[in-house]
Amino acid sequence: MAEPVENLLERNSHGLYCAAGGFYVDPWNPVDCAVITHAHADHVVPGSKAYLCVRPCTPLLRLRLGAEAAIESVDYGETIERNGVRVSFHPAGHILGSAQVRIEHRGETFVVSGDYKLAPDPTCPAFEPVRCHTFVTESTFGLPVFRWPVPAEVLGEMNEWWRANQQAGKASVLFAYPLGKAQRVLAGIDPSIGPIYTHGAVEQFNRIYRDSGVALPPTAYARSAPTKTDWTRALILAPPMAKASPWLRRFGDFSTGLASGWMRIRGTRRRQSIDRGFVLSDHADWPALLAAVRASQARTVWVTHGYRAPLARWLAENGSDAHAIETRYEESAAVEAVEAEP
Amino acid sequence: MKAFADLYAALDATTKTNEKIAAMSQYFRSAPSEDIAWAVHFLIGRRPKRLIPTRDLVEWAIQEAEMPDWMFGECYQAVGDLAETIALLLPAANASSQKPLRYWVEERLLPMRDWDDRARRNSMIEAWREMSERQRFAWNKLITGEFRVGVSQNLVVRALAEASGVEANVLAHRLMGDWQPTAGFAAQILAQETADADVSRPYPFCLAYPLEGEVEELGDVRAWQIEWKWDGIRSQLIRRAWRTFLWSRGEELMTDRFPELAAAGALLPEGTVLDGEVLPWKDGAPLPFTQMQRRIGRKELGTKILAEVPVVLVAFDLLEHGGRDVREQPLDWRRAELERILGALGEESHLVASPIVGGASWEDLKRTRGQARERGVEGFMLKRRGSIYRVGRRRGDWWKWKINPYSVDAVLIYAQPGNGRRASLFTDYTFGVWDGGELVPFAKAYSGLTDEEIRQVDAFVRNNTIEKFGPVRRVKPELVFELAFEAIQRSSRHRSGIAVRFPRMARWRTDKTAEQADSLETIRALLPREP
Repeated sequence: MAEPVENLLERNSHGLYCAAGGFYVDPWNPVDCAVITHAHADHVVPGSKAYLCVRPCTPLLRLRLGAEAAIESVDYGETIERNGVRVSFHPAGHILGSAQVRIEHRGETFVVSGDYKLAPDPTCPAFEPVRCHTFVTESTFGLPVFRWPVPAEVLGEMNEWWRANQQAGKASVLFAYPLGKAQRVLAGIDPSIGPIYTHGAVEQFNRIYRDSGVALPPTAYARSAPTKTDWTRALILAPPMAKASPWLRRFGDFSTGLASGWMRIRGTRRRQSIDRGFVLSDHADWPALLAAVRASQARTVWVTHGYRAPLARWLAENGSDAHAIETRYEESAAVEAVEAEP
Repeated sequence: MKAFADLYAALDATTKTNEKIAAMSQYFRSAPSEDIAWAVHFLIGRRPKRLIPTRDLVEWAIQEAEMPDWMFGECYQAVGDLAETIALLLPAANASSQKPLRYWVEERLLPMRDWDDRARRNSMIEAWREMSERQRFAWNKLITGEFRVGVSQNLVVRALAEASGVEANVLAHRLMGDWQPTAGFAAQILAQETADADVSRPYPFCLAYPLEGEVEELGDVRAWQIEWKWDGIRSQLIRRAWRTFLWSRGEELMTDRFPELAAAGALLPEGTVLDGEVLPWKDGAPLPFTQMQRRIGRKELGTKILAEVPVVLVAFDLLEHGGRDVREQPLDWRRAELERILGALGEESHLVASPIVGGASWEDLKRTRGQARERGVEGFMLKRRGSIYRVGRRRGDWWKWKINPYSVDAVLIYAQPGNGRRASLFTDYTFGVWDGGELVPFAKAYSGLTDEEIRQVDAFVRNNTIEKFGPVRRVKPELVFELAFEAIQRSSRHRSGIAVRFPRMARWRTDKTAEQADSLETIRALLPREP
């Protein structure tokens, strides 16, 4: 049996580095070769010489990086070699084109989960457990207070809220992260209730989703709507950062909602000064984190961004060799994370 | 419990007054009377004595959730609210209680007083198992008593008025004083006839807003009655049915704590209610409020403390006269009657009429206002002549015209996360001032910053932590804030030797460096001269 390679992966000042393969996973600085788990902005930094991702991620990455960037892609489950290190991508269930990156070298395997969830999502293939020696997990919601309601129920609440607003003569402005969350809402909400409009930031990703074969109900770009549009029956999907923008004025009287895992906490919800919080997350909740770690059968667990210290300690107290690994975005406050929670 | 938990969730989900009132009014229309009494009791902020120590509650919750102690700490820090942390941490709920609020309060909560730890624990755990997550949260709120849901007594009154058709003023009066939350009481609150009997019941206090804009905008100075604004305990002294009651604005019955006022009340004519401020008072002038705090803290009032810190009621209004509600009489009439009643009591009385301050013009008054600090008052009260005594805080007839607060530039040295709405943000700050090349803690402040500023300070704290002590962070001394406060006293309990009253952040001095902050020496110069 080959010697296990202790440092097949290490964390250095640019990110998670595989020295044997000469690449980084989701580096936070430009590097020679960046392997990308998914196309959310906090996982993709422009300027690297080469990018490697799973095929459905390509158009999203292209949008972020521009026409010049060198992007190579492979299918889910297909193996590619980098200096003798075997790399493959496996569904993470987070958003379109999200993947766990499996890295294997001399009998040692690492799986870097990127962001993931176990809950069903019609816009991307479901999370697929991959056995490994070391599992690098996120911990955005790594506390037992984070336990998600059934997504179908949450979508049902959104439908009800939308209908109630229609009856009250108000537009329904729903804030959701523009890549992933917005499309998941679109795919799950009842489009027979009324017309759906979008903010430009959402619409650009809708286009890519549709081109990739994800079925979404028809949407219209709000800015192109005629001035006399009756908004009171409409649902408007917008990114959270549009919350304080004058863009909202056109909708007249409206109710606001926000779809995010952070809405599980009352204080965070109230601080956002929105009318309704919907607990809908593209991240794993506490039970799902534990389930994913268990399914990986890893003997070692690295816990990155989020509540990494408590999750690592819990895992260590329950028999795993778990370590909290600092990432660059130290202690992003919950309130910022509401904006950033992809 | 279902209806009440839903009401709590509905109130919690909105910041809009009208929606809160609509949610409550709907509840009052449909709930049984015995539930309404308890709901009102909790909504206006009353609560039973704490029946279960927090420590026990947490202990049982983590046992039920099979979580280690430290994990509760982590979760609490993220959530910022005890009742909520427990509700979120318990195993997923798969039940929902159909029993009414009255059952949960009277048969499950209050009896805990007489049960031993084992019985309490079992009862609590069973309760959690019978409830949905939303019900657990409301239930935990009842138990921990942190029932803040952005509802004031005034809003509850408006909702009751909407549900019952009884006038809001009448309802506000019915909710004052020392009532018990029974079905009978609920029936009384909502009764259409208005002959009310409770002899101890105070009137809702009339409250003033701070003056907005320039004082000249109030028009002719002669249209206003000017009084000093005293820094005491706002109170009503009631004499009815040959008994005396002293109520604070927080609706605490304080008669026993101020025997001199209880005695003085006995000299008032039958059917009299005075409104005023209880103040520590010697030789015709107020003592510093810290003296009052010495007295308030005590269970037993010895002759020594009674002699050292005597109190008076500085009365400024008359609400009931000869058993008749006179709040609708014009201010001038009430004032004249007040003076006549107090005048009859003699010089040595513990009931003093708040003097009227004379001034021929606003300019004149501005000069007199300069003496406020020397006199130990906070500024002026401006009351429109001819006005009636209103219910609650209203604009127009009463204004407080306070003197400008003291201010000091201090450096942020420690920060810790806030509660509730401010959970998981660093919002509670300790400020230091210079003392021989070292920053000594000088005051704590929580309020005064905008949400945006809080976010910026929060980010600063996270990136500039030098040391952690539990939730408290020591930070790089870099940010300077102008702190405003109302009064300053010597104190042996504070490391700086100084205690200030109502400190808050007036301004973020981004133009100043830490070195430019004030020193303890300059602050000491603000202290009143040694007596």
